[in-house]
Amino acid sequence: MFHRESGIFKTTYAGDMALYPLPIAKWTVAVLVLVFVVILPLTVHEYYLSILNLIFIAIVGALGLNILVGYTGQISIGHAAFMSVGAYTAANLAVRMDLPFWITLPAGGLMAAAIGVVVGMPSLRIKGLYLAIATLAGQLIIEWTINHVPAISGGAQASIEVDRPSLFGFSFDTQHRLYYFLLFFAAIAIVATLNLVRSRIGRAFVAVRDQDIAAEIIGIDIYRYKLLAFAISSFYAGVCGVLYTYYFGIANYEQFQLIVSIDYLAMIIIGGLGSVLGSIFGAIFVTLLPIVIRILMEDVGALFFTQAEIANVISGLRLGVFGGLIIFFLIVEPEGLNRLWRNIRSYFRVWPFSY
Amino acid sequence: MTRFVRSWLGIAATTATLTIGGGQAFAQKELVFGLQCDRTGPTATVGTVLCPGYHDYIALVNSKGGVEGYKIKVLEIDNEYKVPPAMEAHERFKKEGAVLEGIYGTPQTAALNKKLEEDKILGTSPGFGTASAADGKRYPYTFPIAASYWSQAGAAVAYAKEKLGTLKGKKIAYLFYDNPAGKEPLPILEDLAKSEGFEMRTFAVPAPGLEMGAQILDITARFKPDFIIAHLFGRSPSVAIKELKGKGYPLSKVVGLVWASAEADIIAAGGMGVAEGYNTIQFAGVGKDFQVIKDIEAMYKAQGKPMPKEMDSTVYYNRGVLIAALHVEAARNAIKAKGGAAPNSEEVKKGMESIKGFTLGGLVPPMEITPADHEGGGWVQIWTVKGGKLVRSKDWFQGFRAVIQKHVAEDAKKS
Repeated sequence: MFHRESGIFKTTYAGDMALYPLPIAKWTVAVLVLVFVVILPLTVHEYYLSILNLIFIAIVGALGLNILVGYTGQISIGHAAFMSVGAYTAANLAVRMDLPFWITLPAGGLMAAAIGVVVGMPSLRIKGLYLAIATLAGQLIIEWTINHVPAISGGAQASIEVDRPSLFGFSFDTQHRLYYFLLFFAAIAIVATLNLVRSRIGRAFVAVRDQDIAAEIIGIDIYRYKLLAFAISSFYAGVCGVLYTYYFGIANYEQFQLIVSIDYLAMIIIGGLGSVLGSIFGAIFVTLLPIVIRILMEDVGALFFTQAEIANVISGLRLGVFGGLIIFFLIVEPEGLNRLWRNIRSYFRVWPFSY
Repeated sequence: MTRFVRSWLGIAATTATLTIGGGQAFAQKELVFGLQCDRTGPTATVGTVLCPGYHDYIALVNSKGGVEGYKIKVLEIDNEYKVPPAMEAHERFKKEGAVLEGIYGTPQTAALNKKLEEDKILGTSPGFGTASAADGKRYPYTFPIAASYWSQAGAAVAYAKEKLGTLKGKKIAYLFYDNPAGKEPLPILEDLAKSEGFEMRTFAVPAPGLEMGAQILDITARFKPDFIIAHLFGRSPSVAIKELKGKGYPLSKVVGLVWASAEADIIAAGGMGVAEGYNTIQFAGVGKDFQVIKDIEAMYKAQGKPMPKEMDSTVYYNRGVLIAALHVEAARNAIKAKGGAAPNSEEVKKGMESIKGFTLGGLVPPMEITPADHEGGGWVQIWTVKGGKLVRSKDWFQGFRAVIQKHVAEDAKKS
């Protein structure tokens, strides 16, 4: 944020690594909490909350992928498959054993983590493109398994309907209520990731990413940390899948196909690899931009065309604009939106001087 | 950096102005319909033709003064066959006050079932979604309004029976796209295989279904069936036609379910001449020989505009017209029931549930939608490739209706 940091001196390592680098950051967080918990839900139309809900779910998934790809440097194209593992685990537990969400949600995450470790095994021997293909295989195997094992998928339609999550008889059934439900988990995911990456584990991840041989020499068990990264990342993905399941009221593996893995990779690349804020920016960008482009086009286009004609043009044009903007932002700042944000911030920090 | 920040702020400012200034005043007597579509996703070959059909019918109704004096405004959102945008689209429709919405896609329908019920907005899923959604008591706000995959499978077997005389001791191959929609007819086919005494074997085609040489060879050289039922999507129907033709299997003994049945599929397989005899199942009339299609042509002529090229793909175009027509009828019934006042979504749902005897000159089947049966009877026609075009070879019929209803009832008990 645009905090003046003159006069603030850090004299200990702990101070340098604190979650709030500046005292005023606490106030910023307090304002953010106020906005998201009180002001937005009270003032904004349900429709916009529903978009925010989708963004919250995407943030959880993007954070998970960023831990693996951005922080640890292991590529995964199987992220959506881990979501489906979480989704089906939770759906089966919720429907067959009638368990509440606060059991199914971590259970879905843990199951995804377990599967993630298995799929991540090849990372011990290969990296880069090879690992990408190995995780792609994981994605396809998991898709196929869910599609063909009725014990998991619940029958030919491979979809399991679940009830809305409820807590002490309070059901999260409207977009308003789901907003709080999802905000809670998105917030936990953000705080957990922020803490993870400034811990020993997080630093080990970064060391593995930057140079795995060097990391091994300074005493990091790279096998352990690579698998840990897969486990943590898959846990997030699993939770993300569970959130999707409760949000839509159904677990359906067609929601978690290869294209979704690619979407999430796009999110973290656009947002910025290896940064928490970048994951959030990426999730917002990829979810929100198509909607914003469409609404703008509808409004501008309505001046010239009839509704039917606009519909014809918008779809294609929207894809073009979306793709163009991705290229534009990556040319302007290859390190993603997070870096862009930091550039803007440092510009204003010294404003009106140039540096 | 300065320049960059400035241009950034400029974009933001423009955006804000446009969003605020863009909202329009609404006409007094207007009904809003939501329509989800796939114009850019994996099933764009369908959406780019079906949705213009929908818009054209609505435009025709509006050009004649609307439905009972109400103009219809269609809000179309392209969901790209993805689920999150489908949810966003639904919320948008709700915000704009849509009285009903057309859903596009099987996973999208599955994801919206619950939301439709909570928001009490009816959604139609013709040719998509689960067959059990025909049960209006279980899914009160989901309306398949066209033959489900179960009904189509029943009809396909009934047609095979008609062509072969009897099914006792015969062999039927089921060639299907290996996804939930492709597997959906299996329980019906297995049940019928038992009761009708034919041998059924399944041949799965993995996505994206562009390579099925092994399956076709297995069917034609090893299994040697008396009849083939093909349930394929996207580009795969054309591959199947081409491969079967190449192996010398008579296409007159092949029937494709509704998404393996468009002109474009047949043309992509090498042209109408190649696919002579190929049978297709349709839930809307095919061709241009309908009064409503002529009316749409006349509307374009009166406006001095060229005919849209989508009209030539009559299979999907007519389905779009069918969906629009049923939406309009539902609204008409609702307005009539209220004596001309604007209906809410609940009343439009009742209007949809009272559709009966509305055939639009044969384009729409003689369906009867009731609070219990949202499928409307599961009517289909068979159209066959003959002499370079699709010719109707069997008029509206229901195949093994009793079996389908038994399965719907059993499925409802399971939930």
